[in-house]
Amino acid sequence: MTTQRKAVALISGGLDSMLAARTILAQGVHVEGINFYTGFCVEGHTQAIRRTDSARPKRNNALWVAEQLGIKLHIIDVVEEYKEVVINPKHGYGANLNPCLDCKGFMVRHAHRWMQENGFDFIITGEVLGQRPMSQRRDTLPVVVRESGAGDRLLRPLCAKLLPPTLPEREGWVKREQLFEYNGRSRKPQIALAKRYDINEYSQPAGGCCFLTDPNYTKKLEDLWRTRGDKRYELDDIMLLKVGRHLRPRPHFKLIVGREEGENNFLEGYRHAFTHLRPLSHKGPLVLLDGTADRDDLRLAARLAGRFSQGRDAASVNISITENSGHTYELDILPLSNDEIPKEWYL
Amino acid sequence: MSEHTLDARNLLCPLPVIRTQNMAKTLADGDILKVICTDPGALSDIPAWCRINGHNLLDAQKGDKELIITIRLSKPEERNA
Repeated sequence: MTTQRKAVALISGGLDSMLAARTILAQGVHVEGINFYTGFCVEGHTQAIRRTDSARPKRNNALWVAEQLGIKLHIIDVVEEYKEVVINPKHGYGANLNPCLDCKGFMVRHAHRWMQENGFDFIITGEVLGQRPMSQRRDTLPVVVRESGAGDRLLRPLCAKLLPPTLPEREGWVKREQLFEYNGRSRKPQIALAKRYDINEYSQPAGGCCFLTDPNYTKKLEDLWRTRGDKRYELDDIMLLKVGRHLRPRPHFKLIVGREEGENNFLEGYRHAFTHLRPLSHKGPLVLLDGTADRDDLRLAARLAGRFSQGRDAASVNISITENSGHTYELDILPLSNDEIPKEWYL
Repeated sequence: MSEHTLDARNLLCPLPVIRTQNMAKTLADGDILKVICTDPGALSDIPAWCRINGHNLLDAQKGDKELIITIRLSKPEERNA
């Protein structure tokens, strides 16, 4: 009796990794999924904190994919280890602060370690040759193989026939002729394969699955590093960059303004760590102040908070200010007009 | 069998699931785990995590600002050991 081989599949929640895992499952291999939480992941309901996105499915796509495939999924928190990838990528950044090649090497390296610790035989990814400009080129796919330590236990089922045979193929654990030769940026072959597998619903995030590829997010992260004077972050920092309007009226402080109820509820969880403002006389958002502020700065922050309240056109708005120390007081202010807010303040 | 509570408030998905998964590893077959969350996505994800891993979802309550999800852990490998 032959031993059933075991593969660990990197599952992002997108279509390609789903197809790669499905392809290997179809060959009778035992597959379990692994998903890495870096803190920069774009999740359906990270977005859905905002009501405007409430039409999106409120779900974690990696879990959903695992359930569709009928496989277990192991979600691993790598927030701390991942900092080095973001702060000091050996292979540099892409168009934004996306360290794609270092990231792929990091994830395959961690999957390889997990494979060894759990008695699995090989690793699967949904990579397609030529699909991504940084991490999925003919010259960079071998970099991931080498630097991850996975060597020829890394199988890319969707483009395997364009690459040298890996250990699972050579040993007959999987049949190479039943793998694929997808190449380039076209999604048509994957969509056709999904149809063949009767997969009718899948996530296709327009901007990828990582906030670091988003220019607006990158701008806020660069601002964080510039104003702190060095490249470092904590999880709360990068979570807050995903939420609210961010305005920096002065170099030594910025404001985070909830855009609607969902964001205000989320920011409520952070208010004890920040000086915060909220309108009392009119409906309006919770505003967190990140940095240091003197009396004039707080008055400016209050006028900005007034601007984003329903009293924006009123002659006076009453604002509650709670400083970091817990000291709370009220100010009556004239909200800033739109013309008084330079575009450069918006991050 | 014992009852445990996990405070996953103010964590965004998938952290409530990760914390649930990690705490479940330390508990025994049949234990009850009550997870308190604020991310509405947990109402979808923790039940999905239960289905994938064979745990029993006993209850999922949505309050004004908090969700309480109650699970009975199923670890057949412990029963068969």
